[in-house]
Amino acid sequence: MEEIVNLFHGFAVALQPFNIMVMVLGIVLGVIIGVLPGLGGANGVAILLPLTFSMPPTSAIIMLSCIYWGALFGGAITSILFNIPGEPWSVATTFDGYPMAQQGKAGEALTAAFTSSFVGALFAVIMITLVAPLVASFALQFGPAEKFAVYFLAFCSFVGLSKEPPFKTIAAMMMGFALAAVGLDSITGQLRLTFGFTELLNGFDFLIAVIGLFGIGEILLTMEEGLNFRGGNAKIDLRVVLHTWKGLPRYWMTSLRSCIIGCWMGVTPAGATPASFMSYGIAKRVAKNGHNFGKGEIEGVIAPETAAHAAGTAALLPMLSLGVPGSPTAAVLLGGLLIWGLQPGPMLFVEQKEFVWGLIASMYLGNLMGLIVVLTCVPIFAAILRVPFSIIAPLILVLCAIGAYSVHSSTFDVILMLVFGVVGYLLKKCNYPLAPLVLAIVLGDKAEEAFRQSLLGSQGSLGVFFSNALVSTIMILGLIALFWSAIQQGYSRLRTAAA
Amino acid sequence: MTTNSSDAAGPKHKTVEAGIALLIALFGAIVIVGSLKAGINWGAEGPRAGFFPFYVGIIIIASSAVNLLHVLRDGDNGLFAEWGQLRQVMSVVVPTAIYVGAMPFTGLYVASIVFIGWFMRWLGKYSWLTVLAVAFGMPIVTYFIFERWFLVPLPKGPLEEWLGL
Repeated sequence: MEEIVNLFHGFAVALQPFNIMVMVLGIVLGVIIGVLPGLGGANGVAILLPLTFSMPPTSAIIMLSCIYWGALFGGAITSILFNIPGEPWSVATTFDGYPMAQQGKAGEALTAAFTSSFVGALFAVIMITLVAPLVASFALQFGPAEKFAVYFLAFCSFVGLSKEPPFKTIAAMMMGFALAAVGLDSITGQLRLTFGFTELLNGFDFLIAVIGLFGIGEILLTMEEGLNFRGGNAKIDLRVVLHTWKGLPRYWMTSLRSCIIGCWMGVTPAGATPASFMSYGIAKRVAKNGHNFGKGEIEGVIAPETAAHAAGTAALLPMLSLGVPGSPTAAVLLGGLLIWGLQPGPMLFVEQKEFVWGLIASMYLGNLMGLIVVLTCVPIFAAILRVPFSIIAPLILVLCAIGAYSVHSSTFDVILMLVFGVVGYLLKKCNYPLAPLVLAIVLGDKAEEAFRQSLLGSQGSLGVFFSNALVSTIMILGLIALFWSAIQQGYSRLRTAAA
Repeated sequence: MTTNSSDAAGPKHKTVEAGIALLIALFGAIVIVGSLKAGINWGAEGPRAGFFPFYVGIIIIASSAVNLLHVLRDGDNGLFAEWGQLRQVMSVVVPTAIYVGAMPFTGLYVASIVFIGWFMRWLGKYSWLTVLAVAFGMPIVTYFIFERWFLVPLPKGPLEEWLGL
């Protein structure tokens, strides 16, 4: 009950005129980011983070999270109209969305996509409202060993659930940890891994890494592919919207299933991309007209969009309640919180009630506003995509440079951004996942601190991570996640042998 | 988007991937050397500064070795990219590197105008009018949004100083 009262206080904060203004601005910028090739949610939020430096923290995080919702919505526009997934989680939407657009049903596909996105996000926000405070109050009892175990579980989940080869995921993740370790050691105050370079005293800022890896890297990939945009008709009117809405309740089971898949994948933290594929795959298997999937089936749009949004939103649950972000974009938001001196994690619910509930309330309002904005402005956003890439690309590169410079007002960071960009391009082409790398840069210091504090308490014995039921359970879950693909393989081998 | 024709030339995926695995292993070795300098044993304050990164470095090298083995055994035998595609990529990397390198001396605005203008004219073959409109328009919009409205200072050079911005 207390949550509901807090939520209403949150609505009072989110509904202040200035916050509504930043919400609209965030959604519009987010959709533009989602629509433009080469700019993703994480990168877009990182570039635009400096815009919020002069705002109060609550307004700032509202704007950044709205950019995130906007980017999630924007991805669907490019997938359906242009067969170009603006975001990786929109790939599954192209399977049926684009054929629908080719059949002249673009309005219907877009309405279904936006509405499903809204439903998925709403489901996840309700879950966050009800579950996050419980998780946070539970996590307040955590010591360093339990904290490390949670980080361990998060990172192991990446290895086990990633579609990339596990050793590539481990290599990428460990590079992130190593980069996070550069600079001043927070426990002893000693310098390490700087090799005499004064520029490295403060270490590598993960925002620079995000802008380089995701922004510049993506532009380079797009340049290589030589994109050529030819889009479907972006017309969408009230009649089409109402007609589509009338048909959507028929697919309530698909929506509910996708919401649950999305929430689970968002929290674990596998992320929105596997959630959308898994949801699409299951919908195809279960649906009566599954054989029609891929030819323009509306259910093939509803399933991935609902799951992607539910996952994208649910990724904020561990960020808020435990301080462990479930996705790269959530990691950037977490970085934003740290910049404003807020420590994400269980204490946030105690010390910054107004902030947390203002953010949660803005998730409800932001998504509703996002739905209205995208439904009314699709043709404008689609027109942005028709601007040739040779104009868009240098503008995005300049924006990336501005974003990278503004973090510490340092031109060295801009050089680093370019280096990260080239590295990101090569790693992505060689199938190394970038999300665990970024998350390791963000969480590396905290994970190390928890690890070393635990060892200090136990005089160096690793037994501290199995010293009580709670920490043992989390660690064992982590180990199961780490070896998940091997467990699956072993299980299927056993089944074949038995058959 | 693009199709690889069978007679297209370019570096092999296997070679590049093996190179990347070796570079990552080298990175791991650098991390180990740095950690050893910082100390990896047990000090008065518990594990010393190099303790955690040392093991991270070892895991980097070990996982790179496994990745290298995988690549050499059954890696992708196709092309990493065609030479033409790589030229496209370099046509962005090189001017961006010049842009980034010039920024400390010219400031962000002048460098951006030249960069956008050159990019559009050279890669996009746009008319001078369009080029000038976008190349000057973007930095002006940037100035107002970042510096005037959101009070985020951006790097300036001699021209901005002369203009008193």
